[in-house]
Formats: sequence, structure tokens, C-alpha cells
Amino acid sequence: MTAVDETTGAKEFGQSRRRKEDARLITGRTKWTDNIVLPGMAHLAMVRSPVASGTIASIDVADAKASPGVLGVWTGADLDAEQGDLPCAWAITPDMKHPRRPAVAAGRVKFAGEIVAVIAARSAAEARDAADKVLVDYDDLPVVLDMNEAIKEGTPLVHEELGTNVNAVWVFNSGEAGTGGNVDEAIEAARADADSIVLERTFRQQRLVPAFMEPRSTVVDPTGEQLTVWSATQVPHIARFLLAVVLGISESKVRFIAPDVGGGFGGKIHLSPEEVATVLIARKLGKPVKYTETRSESIQSAHHGRDQIQRITMAAKKDGTVTGLKVDLLADMGAYLGLVTPGVPVLGAFMFNAIYKIPAYEFKCTNVFTNKVLTDAYRGAGRPEATYAIERMMDTLANELGVDPLALREKNWIKHEEFPFTTVCGLTYDSGNYEAATSRAVELFDYEGLRREQAERRARKDPIQLGIGISTFTEMCGLAPSRVLGSLNYGAGGWEYSAIRMLPTGKVEVLTGASAHGQGHETAFSQIVADQLGVPFEDVEILHGDTQITHKGLDTYGSRSLVVGGIAIVKAAEKVIEKAKPIAAHLLEANVADIEFDSGKFSVAGTDKGVTIQEVALATFAAHNYPEGIEPSIDADATFDPENFSYPHGTHLCATEIDTETGKVTIRKYVCVDDIGTVVNPLIAEGQVHGGLAQGIAQALWEEARHDESGTLTTATFVDYTLPTAADMPFFTTDMTETASTSNPLGVKGVGEAGTIASTPAVINAVVDALRPWGVDDIQMPTTAQRVWKAIQGKEFDASVGAKDTRDGSHEAAPGNGAPLWSGNESGGAQ
Amino acid sequence: MIPAAFDYESPASIDEALQVIAGAGDREVKVLAGGQSLIPVLRLRMNAPDLVVDLGRIAELRGVRDDGDAIAIGAMTTHDDVTREPLIRQHALLLSLAAQTVADPQVRHRGTFGGSLAHADPAADMPAPALALGAEFVIAGPSGRRTVGASDFFTDLFTTAIGEGELLVEVRVPKHTGWGAHYEKFNHVAHTWSIVGVAAAVRVEGGTIAEAKVGLTNMGLVPIRATAVEQALVGQPATADAIRAAAQNADQGTNPMSDASADEHYRRHLAKVLTGRAVLAAVG
Repeated sequence: MTAVDETTGAKEFGQSRRRKEDARLITGRTKWTDNIVLPGMAHLAMVRSPVASGTIASIDVADAKASPGVLGVWTGADLDAEQGDLPCAWAITPDMKHPRRPAVAAGRVKFAGEIVAVIAARSAAEARDAADKVLVDYDDLPVVLDMNEAIKEGTPLVHEELGTNVNAVWVFNSGEAGTGGNVDEAIEAARADADSIVLERTFRQQRLVPAFMEPRSTVVDPTGEQLTVWSATQVPHIARFLLAVVLGISESKVRFIAPDVGGGFGGKIHLSPEEVATVLIARKLGKPVKYTETRSESIQSAHHGRDQIQRITMAAKKDGTVTGLKVDLLADMGAYLGLVTPGVPVLGAFMFNAIYKIPAYEFKCTNVFTNKVLTDAYRGAGRPEATYAIERMMDTLANELGVDPLALREKNWIKHEEFPFTTVCGLTYDSGNYEAATSRAVELFDYEGLRREQAERRARKDPIQLGIGISTFTEMCGLAPSRVLGSLNYGAGGWEYSAIRMLPTGKVEVLTGASAHGQGHETAFSQIVADQLGVPFEDVEILHGDTQITHKGLDTYGSRSLVVGGIAIVKAAEKVIEKAKPIAAHLLEANVADIEFDSGKFSVAGTDKGVTIQEVALATFAAHNYPEGIEPSIDADATFDPENFSYPHGTHLCATEIDTETGKVTIRKYVCVDDIGTVVNPLIAEGQVHGGLAQGIAQALWEEARHDESGTLTTATFVDYTLPTAADMPFFTTDMTETASTSNPLGVKGVGEAGTIASTPAVINAVVDALRPWGVDDIQMPTTAQRVWKAIQGKEFDASVGAKDTRDGSHEAAPGNGAPLWSGNESGGAQ
Repeated sequence: MIPAAFDYESPASIDEALQVIAGAGDREVKVLAGGQSLIPVLRLRMNAPDLVVDLGRIAELRGVRDDGDAIAIGAMTTHDDVTREPLIRQHALLLSLAAQTVADPQVRHRGTFGGSLAHADPAADMPAPALALGAEFVIAGPSGRRTVGASDFFTDLFTTAIGEGELLVEVRVPKHTGWGAHYEKFNHVAHTWSIVGVAAAVRVEGGTIAEAKVGLTNMGLVPIRATAVEQALVGQPATADAIRAAAQNADQGTNPMSDASADEHYRRHLAKVLTGRAVLAAVG
């Protein structure tokens, strides 16, 4: 890493600085919501339904009310007149079915874990004890769990008043949109053509628990003129707006604060039932109130992610050219709609075509209600699901055609020289270089060597079989262009806000609407500001997560903080410099037009006269000597609304060893080369990739939220929800190629979700690749040892699988025959 | 963590602990011996004892001593100490190796050898090796001490020979000096319970297996001694083929459960494969 980039003068951009926020976050000596203690604060406990579907026949709260320390007990019936309905911000279709969602269920419960009563007591322990004394009788109603069953005629309804279990059907068709051909025609043509092939596969995206480290917690102080809410949330600004709307409070009377927040992964994008209940009870008691969920409550009642059934039809020519792709999804909403629940599959709609030039495409999702906790955004939100399906299909097609899966991808992907490229979905990918990332990954991975070893292990029927999985992903992130979000009927825009305050001592306060919950914003944003204003990194303070400090913002999700929020900071910094120039000119007794700014210093062109930005800040504060007709301030703010999404991409290669005697899957090697444009802080970026990989690999191998037939979540503790730890992870080999985004002045792209999106199919492709000699073509996630072992029981082992020539002879798939498997040709194209 | 309210005592000696328990009368007593199983149960309010007696302050319950033909391990010796203690590594290596696989470092530093044995979770890792090595369990009660053999100690699911008002105070493990040992654990992710585990200790003489002891984790309600495997191994050459053949008997006499992590059929299969691996690793 060079200390100073000679071309830009940047000292900080590209430096792997250690995160300045980590000392306080890691030691816990900071303001986690649950650390907050206010005078006279009461504590809440929730009574939750153990029943997935039923009516509340009776609730007896007498014993609970008489329990020591109890200040009050409220049922849904008690709160219903004032609790409003929790909102969904994304009506994906005009006729979308949108059920009421009370914070506290009144009369009817629709998933196990739903709140039915709230206890307030002087201590958390007294509240918890009293909760056990609330006696609720439920009349059980039929439980709807299976999506295929749910959409059949005559199936009981999750919401009787809606008359259907279908939330919405959303369709994109490239023929109708004018962005591509008609996919049904493409598939028909392929079926009729001897030189084409049509593949149909169904994949299951299991339900996952976001499993953020810090359970959700809320403290509400209703005293004083404003209602102050501290909450472990990703979205303080959105939550403030929604709280005002839901409860009919003036927005100006609500201050929402996200103090340090311990992870979210999408799981804290909401106004939650617990937040609303805490506000309601605080107002009733007229004193501060805290609620902190237990881990089991979190797993049971905070929203889940994924949960789709994906029916995919792909048409291709036998030379490997994909000619059409049809996607038909069932997406499980769970019992209710959260902030963006129905839109999560829609976020995937534009990504099934991925990096490939697919001429005809159709996407249809049918959103389904079931008696389970709701789903909503979880790291990647729609895009991991899409990437999984397309990357599994590309491997499947390669296998069917007997060609190397990398060569097949290369044949179909967008070539570097074809950017900017408008896809079959109508998105314009601004930049990318799939050839470069893939070349580098193949080199780091020793692709040819591992293919050779795989062939050898197959030939001797080694008990340890090797599989190689590929995932050449891209994603759209940096949510983002407000007009595009508007065209999708999303309830908000995608801009971000920043303000810069120049303090008299020359220190810099930077306000941002993008509030971190573990990403390292304070460090990365400080690096950006240090370069922009030419001030020391240490002199920059990043302020965020408080609606009274940063009055507006659209918060943190969808890998948007840097590519939207970071650019807003750049724009604000540019304004600071512009505002400072006339004052500097005045101090230097020079003409504004002659003032140049470089590395923190305003100087007069062609002279050695200059003042530092700190000197200008102090002079502006004193305001003794500044030009007539301008305000004595160099503070500035900016709102940035990008014109396009950000399209990071990368090539991930995974080698798995399968112990065929036990079915155990071990990752032997994992290489990823991501292209996230220019990189502000490589250490932070690599950390994001590592964490993302861990989560994506965990979906492939370990995690699943399961319910029994009564709708009870059977994985409600970390004993049963098998979250991996570092002990389960392989060492990752990570690298980056750098194709600058052309959509923003820094050239950056999002990185927060990349690892999660890319890794799941890489692992499963590797597992299936290892099992191909037994004729295994797919395996359900998570691929537990038992599942893998059962997949090969009673099957014939055919060592010749995968070692055959392509039908047209243009690609060689036989390892060890001297011909390269994949050209690695920077110019792309067929070999 | 907010469990239901309970009284708490932390006696300083075994005698005092027995008196506290005896004095509890009709109140339900739970003994806290590290808390790696009890605390989660209390936290989830799956159990609400009236009195928790914490053995953590009783120094005489910790540590390992040489006791002639056996080593005596204090019930409150932590898993981490079991992994490191030189006497155990020298004379009962199997215990040390098994303890290394227990959950994660935090659990190994809080959880205790005796606590795990007394809790008798069928998926816990320490009972099977203790059973395989023929450990004797020293139980103290109001009327003095008694010793129970390994085969009589584990009586049912989460149930042992420890009676009401009694405490497990020491485990005597016959010396297996010079024996090869291995604990083969199979689980889903690193910190979770064993799906199946196999504890093996073998004595090899001149390339022939002279003695073999094999214990199975999670192949029934209690840890199980794989006697058919042991008998099949003795007198066999210490070769992979011979060991794998003997290991085919591993599921004899077992009664494994079907649950979310594995069904009975797969567990029986795993027992055979893992037994072969454990013994093979033990012979070195």
C-alpha cells in the first residue's frame, strides 16, 4: 500500500487502517442499548403464544398483576385501540394482500412466538416471573406451514379476512418489457431443436435466522417534550418515521437513537412489535421503560430470511449458449409483512440472469402466507437466492453438456469490452471484468491441479472424493436510485444525507444518515474525509445513529453505506471547500479564482501564500475578518441520490472433500476474487468478505430454521440452530481485482453482502460435483453429513462421470489430457 | 439470564455441602458443578429448583492424584484441566483426548468432569470414555462414602446411581499406562453435541491387540460399552482391515435414537465407521 497516491494526493484511501471503533465495541465499554440505565426505569417482559394458529379463548392476568414489583399487564385487547398496525413499506403490486399486523395480538394468533401480553415491572426479573403467571387459553386452528399446500384451493387461511394465502404475484417478462425476447417462445424453440436442451430444476432455499450478535433491545424515555427511543436497530430514521405514522405522534416529537448496534444482517430493519409495545407502555407509565429480548425470543420472533421454492427452466443450445431462463418462485412471507417482506424476492428478480447475456427471461414470484414468523431482509435479500439458482443451473447445464463449468460461464458472460451493458432485465451494469477476476481466482485456486486430483480420486474410488464448485456472481446493491425504487412501488427513496461541521479547533464532525452496526463506518468514512479535506484521520469524528444529530437519512442495508452515504460525504466535503475558498481568498488578500485547494491547504496559484483549512475554520468561527455578503460558515451538507445501483462481482471457487463413509463435507480450499471497485480500506473490505463467506457457507452446510407439524420452531436455541463458529471455517484465500465503478466519483462498489451471495452456490456446486459419480445432480441445503451419505446409498459409482469430451469438441472437460479446461483468456470468448 | 428465583448456597467443604442438601428438606435441590448444562436449563425455565448448591468453592473436589493402581480425579476438575493434567495424560490418555473435544474453550473452562458424568446426557463426551476405562465413582452421602462401578453408574437417560442427598466426589480411573487411545467425535458444527462418539483404548503387544476397550456416545439412553467389538479385536493384528472388520460389531446391543441431527439407521452406520477410525487411531 503506497502512503500517498501521487495522482490524487490521497493519503488515506486504500490504507488498511485498523478500525477505530473496535476497542469500545469489543470490550463492550460502550452504549449498547441494554447498557442504558435511566432513573426510575421499568422493565418489560413479553408473553408469547406457543400456538402457531388459534384464537385466544381467555387471558387471565390476575396472578401476574399481583406478582411482586409488577406495574401493569396489558393484553392485545387493552392496547388495540392505540397500537395501530405495523407497516410494510413495499406494496409490490396494486392488489397486494396486506393483513393487519398488531404489535400485540388481540384475539387471534398467527405464529408461535407472537406477543399476546406485555408485563411491566420494577425489575426485569420481576417482569419475567410475572409473565409466567399469565394464563392464556387458546382454541387451536389449523396450521398452514407448507407453501405448496398453502396455495391450494380449500387450504385453511392464515388470514381469513384476505380470502387467500397468496400475498401477491409479481411478474417480470422481458418480452413484454421490451428488454429481451419471449421466454416461452425460446423454450419452445429449444424443445423443438435437436441442437438445444431444456433443463428444469427445483431448488429449495431453506429458512435462515439472521442471528445477529446483540439481541434486540429498546429503551424509551417518555419524559420531557420529546419521546426518546434508543433501540438496537439498523434504521433509526425509518423507524422514527414509521413510529410517528403508526402511533399518530408528530415526527418532530420523536427522537430515535441507534447507539452502538451489534450486528443486524437485515434482521434489524424494521419497526418491531417490541419497539411499539415499549413506546406504548412507557407512555402509559410516564417513565422510562426497557425491553431486551432473550436469544430464544430473538430466534423465534425476529424475522427470518430466505425460504423460497425455486422452479427454474433454462433453455440452451448444445454449444452452451443460454437462450432463455424462466423463474417461478414460491416465497414464504410467514404470517405477516415486515418493512420489505414482499419485496425481498423482487430484489432477486433482476439477478437471476446474473453476469450472463440471456436473451429471454421471465420471473414470477408467488408470495405465500404461512403460520410462521415473518421473513424479511437477510444479508443479500433476494440476491443470494437468485445467485444460488443461476449458478446451480450453470453447473447443471455444464454437466448435461459435458463441458467445463468455467468454460460454459465464459461463453455466456458479458465481456469486459461490452460494458456498460444493459441486461435482459433492463439494468445497466456500469463496469465489470469477469475475465480478470476469474483468471486470478483460477490461478490462486490451482484449478487444473485440483481437477487432476479429482480425476485421480475418482479413478481409484477414494473414500475421500473431491468436488469443485464455481460461483461467478454479480449483484445489484447500494440501494439506491430513488426513481428506480419508486418505479418498483417501494415506499421510500434511496438517497443519503451527510453534513460536515468544521469546528473552531480544526476538528471535523461528519454527520451521516448511514448508521453502522458493525461495518466500520467510522473508520472508512474518516479516511474519506481526511483525504477530501486534507485533515488528519484522527481529527475526524463520525456522528450517526441519532435522528436529532443527523435529522435525515435512509440508514444502513443493501450494501449502500459507502456507495450512497460515502458519496454524500464527498459531496458535502466539496461544498465545505467551495464555501471556504472565498474566506481563504479574503484572508490571503487574493482573488477567489486564484485559490487552489490541495491536501488541506488553500493557496494562491503561482505563489507560496496559503492558509490551512483549520486556519480558515478558526477565522470563520471568530468571524472578525471575512468577505462581505457571505455567511460566516464553512459547514455544509449534501444529499446524494445515485443514478444507478452498484454492481460488484467476483469469482468464487470452492473445493470440498466428501468423506463418503460418513457423508461429512469439509471445505478443502476456498478462493474468492471479488471486484468491488476501488477500495477505501482493504482490511475492512476483507473482513466483510470473510464474514459474508461464513454466512453463505453456513447456509450451504449447517443452518436451517425448522418447524414441527404444529408450527413450533424446533431450532429456537443455538443448540439446535447450528450456527458455525470460526472452528468450522476453512482458511479463505481472498483477493481483489479493481474495476472502478463509473457511477460514482470514488469508483467504489458495495461489499457487505458479496460473500454471502456468492459462496452458497460455490459450496453446493462443489458438493454435487463430488457426488456426480453416483449420479447425484442436486442435494438439499443444508447438506448435512446424513443427507450426503443417504444421497449415495444404493447408488452405482461411475468413475467416468465428468471425464468426457464435449459434444461439439470445442471444450475439453477431461482433466489431465493436457488441454486447458478454461482459457483464462482476458479477451474472453470461446476457446 | 433470568431464571425463576432460587436460593443459593456455596458450601466450602464436602461435608458442609452434604449438610446443606440434607437440610433442604422437601425443597427441590440442584447441584451446580460448573453449570454448563444446569444454567441453560434454568435460563430457559425448563427447571425451577428451590435451592441451588454450588460446589465451585470446594477445593477438595478439584485436582488429580495418584492412587496406586488408579488415578483419582476430583469431581470438580474442569474439562480443560482434564485435557492438560499430566497424570491423566500419562495414565488415562483417553479422558484427556475426549475432554479436548467438549464444546468450546469457554465450556471446557467452566464445565467439570464430575458434573458431566453426574448429568449423564447421552450425547455428552465424557461418560463413554469413563465407562470404557472402567472408572469407579466415589459417591458421598449422609452415611459415608460408597463406590459404584462404571457399569452400574449410568442407569438411564440423565440418571445415575447417585442417590438423593448424595454427591459424586471423585472418579477413580484404573491406570492404562502405555495404552493407545483416541476419541472419535462426530458432530454437525464444532461446538454442538456429538451425533455419535467413540472412545477407544487399546494395548498392543508385538503388533497384536492384547486388550481393547471401546465406549460409545449417544448410541442409547446411556453410554454403552462395545463389548462385541472389544472381543473381536483381542488377538487380532493391529491392522486396518482387522480393525474395520471388528468394528462392524459396533452397533450390537445399542439402541440409538432418531432425532433432528440423525436417524437410527445412520447412527448405527456411523458407530461402525467411527469405531474403526477410533481404534485405528488408538493403535497409532
